Amino acid sequence: MATEILMPALSPTMEEGTLAKWLVKEGDTVSSGDILAEIETDKATMEFEAVDEGTIGKILIDEGTEGVAVNTAIAVLLEEGENMDDAEIEESQAQQPVAADKEQSSETAPANSKSHPEPKAAAPAKSDRTPDWGDDVEVKQTTVREALRDAMAEEMRRDGDVFLMGEEVAEYQGAYKITQGLLDEFGAKRVIDTPITEHGFAGLGVGAAFGGLRPIVEFMTFNFAMQAMDQIINSAAKTLYMSGGQMGCPMVFRGPNGAAARVGAQHSQDYAAWFMQVPGLKVCMPYSAADAKGLLKSAIRDPNPVIFLENEILYGRSFDVPVMDDFTIPFGKAKIERDGDGVTIVSFGIGMTYALEAAEKLAEDGIEAEVINLRTLRPMDTETILESVRKTNRCVTVEEGWPQGSVGGYISSVIMQGAFDYLDAPVITCTGKDVPMPYAANLEKHALITTDEVVEACKTVCYK
Amino acid sequence: MATKKDAKPNVSADELKAYYKDMLLIRRFEEKAGQLYGMGLIGGFCHLYIGQEAVVVGLEATAKDGDKRVTSYRDHGHMLACGMDPKGVMAELTGREDGYSKGKGGSMHMFSKEKHFYGGHGIVAAQVPIGAGLALADQYKGNDNVTFVYFGDGAANQGQVYETYNMAQLWDLPVVFVIENNQYAMGTSTKRSTKSPSYWERGAAYGIKGEEVDGMDVLAVKEVGEKAVAHCRSGKGPYILEIKTYRYRGHSMSDPAKYRTREEVQKMRDERDPIEQIRDLLLTGKHASEDDLKAMDKEIKEIVNEAAEFSKESPEPNLDELWTDIYATEVPQEA
Repeated sequence: MATEILMPALSPTMEEGTLAKWLVKEGDTVSSGDILAEIETDKATMEFEAVDEGTIGKILIDEGTEGVAVNTAIAVLLEEGENMDDAEIEESQAQQPVAADKEQSSETAPANSKSHPEPKAAAPAKSDRTPDWGDDVEVKQTTVREALRDAMAEEMRRDGDVFLMGEEVAEYQGAYKITQGLLDEFGAKRVIDTPITEHGFAGLGVGAAFGGLRPIVEFMTFNFAMQAMDQIINSAAKTLYMSGGQMGCPMVFRGPNGAAARVGAQHSQDYAAWFMQVPGLKVCMPYSAADAKGLLKSAIRDPNPVIFLENEILYGRSFDVPVMDDFTIPFGKAKIERDGDGVTIVSFGIGMTYALEAAEKLAEDGIEAEVINLRTLRPMDTETILESVRKTNRCVTVEEGWPQGSVGGYISSVIMQGAFDYLDAPVITCTGKDVPMPYAANLEKHALITTDEVVEACKTVCYK
Repeated sequence: MATKKDAKPNVSADELKAYYKDMLLIRRFEEKAGQLYGMGLIGGFCHLYIGQEAVVVGLEATAKDGDKRVTSYRDHGHMLACGMDPKGVMAELTGREDGYSKGKGGSMHMFSKEKHFYGGHGIVAAQVPIGAGLALADQYKGNDNVTFVYFGDGAANQGQVYETYNMAQLWDLPVVFVIENNQYAMGTSTKRSTKSPSYWERGAAYGIKGEEVDGMDVLAVKEVGEKAVAHCRSGKGPYILEIKTYRYRGHSMSDPAKYRTREEVQKMRDERDPIEQIRDLLLTGKHASEDDLKAMDKEIKEIVNEAAEFSKESPEPNLDELWTDIYATEVPQEA
């Protein structure tokens, strides 16, 4: 049966083109791979090859014709022994499926996607206020550093597929001594010192997760994770989706994030807002030692790639941590660290230090602040924020990162859309200054958020 | 270059036929994909493997159960060669619900846990450390599986390849690095991109053994592949194969390929075509008659036509699929 040769689409965006030149004529025999014609697209002149073998029965579109729509029949190809007169031309198959597609395309299909919750609606309708541990549980003062180590050790005891890799994690016992003792207990197979090669070992970690292990990849700081950004975003975060759910990436990328002290612009960035933007990633930013332990254990067990943003300055601080066999904190559950009805302060990570100090100062002036520790930025417990704002009618967000595209910026948009009528003042987002981190002590102090700035912002939204 | 094909008398007729069919399936599948692209049924980027068939077919002949493979965006051939269903692959190309990724991955992003095919990666060379990580997982579990990591001459200039070489050799990872040198990184010939003419020799800087081979000769590829795999399986660490191959089509469907002459392509097709070489061996060795080959051609054509029909009839994914597979709720089990 004869077939029509159709005007091909030769680029992702081509809708029509010019049939510049025929390289075959009627009566020519062609086989697969032979060039039939030259076609000009909006971008280039392309050679158009034959797919099937046969004889050119008739040329339907003359060379030089402009504006030939994709899928227009441009010639007829005859099979062996056929001639044009008795040729029974097979209907162009291209038209049918394309037309069929239209009927069920996104534009016209019943919009049953409406029933899908928007990501933000996935938060519980009412915020979960249950405490992280019961009143009868014994607590022990523990540093954030020890809590992180304990979390990894407990999970490595629990699951033989969990292993740790990174720079100086094994023999050196951790550049910030987070991994102290792990090599001794778990051996070099499970606590792996890597060369200084962030892009490479992040990718190796992703591959190991694809292969069924549960890697914890430590970055000496998240500043160095920029070298590995492609593997984190393009490989770790997107593969579950791109594989239609076949292949996930259960792993943790962890390390200190944000400013330490006097280490300059390249070692002092807060990446919370960057990672928070990516579907497929989960993002934790603990404040206390209990947060650090409970969240890291949850992160290691989570079947998704988790970004775990620690803070060097917090490593040495001590907090109560419950003495429990298996203490975990669920993702997406904020903690109200201080009750109040005067103003809501939302923060996370080291920002909580400023938020809580500010709340104490505000109390002296008679303003009772409610302080929310988000703990995870993705998923984010927006319901707890909204519930609090409906009570206080005012909100200030606190973070060390930059102002444009900040976590606070997102939170204020959530509040505007979810509690606009409750607001008595615009939300103020307290952030780090919009500058690379300077080295000089006095300049650095000014570049960071300060407690006084938070106090000032709270007074402003309270019109005091 | 590896030894010539006439130096391998030990290949059975059945093996020759199997390689012929496997290569032909890739060739016909890719031609059909090109045709469907031309009809607007496949969108976006579509990178065809035509000309390079002997590389994957030769290496897959050396793989055993549980071995893993990972490659770049020019991945259709690898998927067919490791036994993935042509229907599922074609339906992914057309973006339909029966595609391997339910239509959410496309030509460059497909996976099969069952066949241990780990993608399909759209970022040049990103699959290289990932492949070494897959090998690390096998080593960790204590089995003797190997991972084939395929990448092109273009990817061979990416830094992460060398970060990976270092770690793979340092930790004796069972990974075969397969450089598919088709001589052009998109439109840039290796002569214009790379000072040293040889990619495999770079492994020497890390102590990794390697060699180059004629990638238009499936038997030569298989022979060096066996050597590389044996090296990796026995715990001696990685191995590099630089496979000199050639793609007949453009880099992607929208590549006018003005960086090389039509004659260059035609010469390769006429003189070095991997499928024609095996066809000749089959006929001259009287392992198959013209009729036998015609029957095989017909069988392959039917498989491909069936895949194409399937890929047109499969519906577009339900709009609900927009919101699924972003987060896993439980750990996927290793197949």
